[in-house]
Amino acid sequence: MSATTTALQPSPTVTAEERTGFGRLVPRRNPWRHPWFLEGFTWLYLIWSLVPVGLAVLFSFNDGKSQSFWQGFSWRWYFGDKINSVWYNPDLHAAVIQTIRLSVYTTVICVPLGVAFALGINRWRSRTSATFNFLMILSFVIPELIFGVAMFFTFTALFGTIGLGTTAQTLALVTWNVSWPAIIVQARLVTIGRQYEEAAADLGATPWQITYRVMLPLLIPAIFASAVLVFSSVIDDFVLVDLLFSNSSNTPMTVYIYSQQHGGNGGPALNALGTIMLVMSFVVVIIGYLGYRWMTRGERGGGRREALTTITGM
Amino acid sequence: MALLAPRGRARRPGEPHRLFWAALAAPGILWLAVLFIVPFYVILAIAGGYVNQIFGYPVAVYNPLHWSSANFTAAWHDMFGVGATVLPIAGRTLSYVAIASLISLVIAYPAAYFVARFAGRRKGLFLVLLIAPFWVSYMMRMLAWIGLLQTDGYVDKALTSVLGIQPINWLGGLSITVILGLVYGYIPYLILVLYAGLDRIDPALIEAGRDLGLGRIRTFVRVTLPLSRQPILTGMLITVLPMLGDYFTNQLLSGAAGTRMIGNVIDDQLNAPGQQGQGAVFSLLVLLVLVAPMIYYVVATNRTSRSAS
Repeated sequence: MSATTTALQPSPTVTAEERTGFGRLVPRRNPWRHPWFLEGFTWLYLIWSLVPVGLAVLFSFNDGKSQSFWQGFSWRWYFGDKINSVWYNPDLHAAVIQTIRLSVYTTVICVPLGVAFALGINRWRSRTSATFNFLMILSFVIPELIFGVAMFFTFTALFGTIGLGTTAQTLALVTWNVSWPAIIVQARLVTIGRQYEEAAADLGATPWQITYRVMLPLLIPAIFASAVLVFSSVIDDFVLVDLLFSNSSNTPMTVYIYSQQHGGNGGPALNALGTIMLVMSFVVVIIGYLGYRWMTRGERGGGRREALTTITGM
Repeated sequence: MALLAPRGRARRPGEPHRLFWAALAAPGILWLAVLFIVPFYVILAIAGGYVNQIFGYPVAVYNPLHWSSANFTAAWHDMFGVGATVLPIAGRTLSYVAIASLISLVIAYPAAYFVARFAGRRKGLFLVLLIAPFWVSYMMRMLAWIGLLQTDGYVDKALTSVLGIQPINWLGGLSITVILGLVYGYIPYLILVLYAGLDRIDPALIEAGRDLGLGRIRTFVRVTLPLSRQPILTGMLITVLPMLGDYFTNQLLSGAAGTRMIGNVIDDQLNAPGQQGQGAVFSLLVLLVLVAPMIYYVVATNRTSRSAS
């Protein structure tokens, strides 16, 4: 009872609603004010995601074994230490070489295969092409472990003569990464449109001439971007190469870090290895970014952000 | 005069030369057939095969008529038999992945939303910072946390000096460490998908909502959120699918039996003579569970790429 009586009584303060009669249409605060809370949250996220990696890089230059006590700058874990540094430890050394080798092999096979596949699938409209396009995208989302198990049995049981090792790793990585060039080139084909090849065809060009002299030059930026993506994904790949390595001569960096680290502390030389991996990826990405910008210069819709998102495969 | 041949359908590239385009696609098709379709049949053949009793290696049986149920029975016992270990591990995997992906969404969405909508002229900078972890190897990012979470690491140092509590052995088999490790590992992929989706929303729609009198929060709930349903779904899939096959994050951050996931079961069986057949069965089971979400993802991305073009 008391609640209704108080509600019926005129309120002592006059709200904006009563004053204007427009209700909530009248904003009480600037509706376009900057969302400082969201910005702060975003910065916190960025700090959380980047600072730990920065510290790990920093401690790879630590003149000591600790990960939390700075003992001065040194190259000890890169080449200073005659036993445990990346340069002198044969296993660490071999891991760097194996990673680079796999990245080069995979990129060289994967990119032409994916580009030809994308062009062919995109122009040859049939049930077969649709099915394989679907499979190609499926290979993009299937959990890597499951695909890795399939590869493991393929190279130990079906193609037992190949066995585990660099060949198996390369073949698996090509299959796993072929969707990058295939997807990126198809997206680029859509943006290019068909007017150039139609013009070329009208002028009497054969399909081979259209592909080689019209389409390929137009596709160069996309091909380049996908090469960058394939190369750097292979550097960072872990599951496939872990399931398919056979001995220390074909153990890439990620697998080496994992095998040393789990179940114990692998020491700062691993941080040095991780830092080398990080620098490799960043160099590839920066080359990719600058190259992409240069290749698409003067294009409509091109720009820094577009180059960045293409190189990331977004 | 040949140059002035009649225009029209007959001249359209791609149509009179189907064979050429088919030949161009052929190497890729062959590759996918031999190294993507056949390998999954090999898993089936291993699962339906038997184990060589002397050496313990699995023997593949490629004729379905001769398949045996030995591996399936063994897997069934692992799951539901007396003292079964796999079922609790499967349950743990699901709860880890569910919690980790929800935490990821709660962290990633606001950050992606801010960068897509409010970063203004600093958008490029924010984008570079958002993308940066994507280029840092997973192993390096896990190494970073191993360094921080050691008992004399910075996390414990900070906790001891600020809160005055005893150092916690974070790497000694805690579920929370593994879950946060999964979040840290997979969130860059989620945030990029969310950013791409949110960035595509026409700002005019949001402005219209605001102009028509909705407050900031109601505009978000009634305009932005419904429009970002698709990126949320695909982003969650792109994090959940690899998380379900993860076997290294928990090995690196805990290594304890109490944090094992289904990926560890498969990985261990692959390395154990005599058990590889069961590993094949469990891989098939995981695949079976994930087929529907994977196909959904492929169809959904196909639709968005078609509507964008």
